[in-house]
Amino acid sequence: MPEDPIVDVLIIGAGASGAAMAWSLADTRMHIVCLEQGGLMNPLEYPSTGRDWEARAQGDMSISPNQRNLPSDYPINEDDSPIKVANFNGVGGGTVLYAGHYPRFHPSDFRVKSLDGVADDWPIDYDDLAPYYGENDRMTGVAGLAGDPAYPRDNAHRLPPLPLGKSGQILAKGFNKLDWHWWPSDTAIITEDYDGRAKCINLGACGSGCAQGAKGSADVTYWPHALRAGVELRTRCRVREITVGEDGMATGAIYYDGNGDEQEVKAHVVVMACNGIGTPRLLLNSKSEQFPDGLANSSGLVGKNLMFHPYTSIMGVFEEETDGYAGPHKAIRSQQFYETDADRGYVRGYTMEIQRGHAPVRTALSGFRNGRIPWGADHHTAFRRLYNCMAGMVAVCEDLPEEHNRVTLDPDLMDGNGIPAPKISYTLSDNSRKMMDHAVARASEILTAAGAVDILSEAPIPWGGWHLMGTARMGSDPERSVVNEWGRSHDVKNLFIVDGSIFVTSAGVNPTSTIQALALYVADQMKSRLANLFD
Amino acid sequence: MTETTFTETEARALTILADMIVPASDEYGVPGAGDPAIMDNILADAERHRARIIAALSALDDIARKEHGAVFTDLDPAQRDSVAETFRAAHAAGADLIANLTVQGYYRDDRVMTSLGMEPRPPHPKGYEVEQGDWSLLDPVRQREAFYRETE
Ligand SMILES: Cc1cc2nc3c(=O)[nH]c(=O)nc-3n(C[C@H](O)[C@H](O)[C@H](O)COP(=O)(O)OP(=O)(O)OC[C@H]3O[C@@H](n4cnc5c(N)ncnc54)[C@H](O)[C@@H]3O)c2cc1C
Ligand code: SF4
Repeated sequence: MPEDPIVDVLIIGAGASGAAMAWSLADTRMHIVCLEQGGLMNPLEYPSTGRDWEARAQGDMSISPNQRNLPSDYPINEDDSPIKVANFNGVGGGTVLYAGHYPRFHPSDFRVKSLDGVADDWPIDYDDLAPYYGENDRMTGVAGLAGDPAYPRDNAHRLPPLPLGKSGQILAKGFNKLDWHWWPSDTAIITEDYDGRAKCINLGACGSGCAQGAKGSADVTYWPHALRAGVELRTRCRVREITVGEDGMATGAIYYDGNGDEQEVKAHVVVMACNGIGTPRLLLNSKSEQFPDGLANSSGLVGKNLMFHPYTSIMGVFEEETDGYAGPHKAIRSQQFYETDADRGYVRGYTMEIQRGHAPVRTALSGFRNGRIPWGADHHTAFRRLYNCMAGMVAVCEDLPEEHNRVTLDPDLMDGNGIPAPKISYTLSDNSRKMMDHAVARASEILTAAGAVDILSEAPIPWGGWHLMGTARMGSDPERSVVNEWGRSHDVKNLFIVDGSIFVTSAGVNPTSTIQALALYVADQMKSRLANLFD
Repeated sequence: MTETTFTETEARALTILADMIVPASDEYGVPGAGDPAIMDNILADAERHRARIIAALSALDDIARKEHGAVFTDLDPAQRDSVAETFRAAHAAGADLIANLTVQGYYRDDRVMTSLGMEPRPPHPKGYEVEQGDWSLLDPVRQREAFYRETE
């Protein structure tokens, strides 16, 4: 086996967090290598460049790895979960397909135990992350508007907000009638040319890759800068396990290259950035005599406390025209029901994110699923009642950590390299169910106030497991957490984790701006401790 | 027709089903989904689901034989309707997959897109217009006091 010289930092995974980490560490001039199982994306091959784009969004660019089934994907046994995993494996990771909704956590999200007596507090707080949120927004390019009363004042550099459009106006009027909060979303979609990238042209296909490059996926934001700064990115390299030395320190990784040949890379520091499923999978598969239960797992918590955010979808049918297929899906958000209110019968809360509408195939499928479009002669009239007349929202419900929601290694299922596949076991809690019911009821009120003549809802969205969090949580107690307050494994002092796994709780917002801010924070912590990083 | 690995009978069954799901309409001036150009789309997309489709079609034939003593493609329209109903109830996942592929192939046809007022083209590179809208709608929210929860 050919051997590399020892690299300074080995990052595994080139997604949202791996990209931010690579870029931030690059200014140290260390030798940084990133291994990524997928390839580099070519935006001109994204579905929206072809007529079959909605079909491809359910085929080779599906959000479900089990449906895509590309060589870069690994299968996931999700039979035991009502919510199925959505991800993408390639440079940029999940952000290749993400919607780019980019809100921050609230200060209260870091203190749920103190405030509500559930789960755990984070070992860091909003103020610790605030500068990194700002830096991450600047690197990514974020549209939005300062002054949202649901948040503390912040330091974000924002481009003008996404257009309200017909759908945004319809729903804003509904919120205003009820005197409920709404605000233009913070979105990782550029509304002006920015950092060499061209602005959004309303393709409406963000969810299958932005051919315009306007959506801030990590392959077009951080990676070009990280590569220019000298980071070495090796694509189509799938890591099987982290290796350890006799002293219990990580020594590097064994991986399969694009030809399926086994390779080894040695490193002084290993950083895991494989996401809330890929990271525990790899740690659990890195068993050795010293670490028989998997690496960095003395707490037994690797893979446990998986959180998804149960999503509900509540769409209205209007008599007037909505934006339909045009424009980024998001426009505005509401956090009227974000913070805990004991009278609601559950703790924590949710963000409502407005959905502008659907393209034709999604309209038809939604009509089929909700019994609004029959098979047969009435198809056309029923379809036209929904087409370009739908707008509504999803509710992003805070998911609380529960140890029985977990990632384990499947005893039988394997990926193309013979590495055991992850198995997900997940049940919805009573708190989540009550929160979803509340969200459907409140959203229906808004849609009715906005003039909807019909309402279609789904709770939870079964394919909506796009936020993968909690499976290697951070904390100061080694018995109750996997990494410390700056991302270093309690057990293995040169092993760091920076992806969504380290979340202590999930908040009621999309996670990626927090994942990337955390990665920048951990990178800064490492840089400030280089002399005694392993003490 | 483009190359397909489905047998002629399988393709015929899918064509009949496609036309049952989305029939032609004089009122809207659109073809049915069984139209040859649209079936080309559908059969091409169906390849990646080959095994599931063949299983669904074989379940369909089993029902047809049981209810009417012949395979699905040999039945008359009324018999097909009743078989399709049983099929949808007993094999929802297979029926949904076929309906899904049908609309995926259908709603990208020039004639269909034009009838909906869409330009028959992919979204990229031209994109679409979305109006800015009336931002004065935000005025009442701007006046709200900060309402996030303090942690101290
Ligand atoms: C359809 C969809 C919509 C979404 N919408 C939003 C949204 O609007 N807002 C938001 O905040 N978030 C959204 N997300 C979630 C967002 O994409 C993720 O939160 C984010 O990408 C997670 O970052 P990460 O660094 O933890 O992991 P990822 O970005 O998933 O990156 C992990 C990387 O590691 C690689 N990897 C894994 N295992 C190995 C291995 N063994 N060897 C080598 N490489 C490996 C993977 O290939 C992948 O590229 C969405 C996701 C999807 C799928
Ligand atoms: S709507 Fe904007 S961000 Fe979304 S795919 Fe189109 S150009 Fe990209």
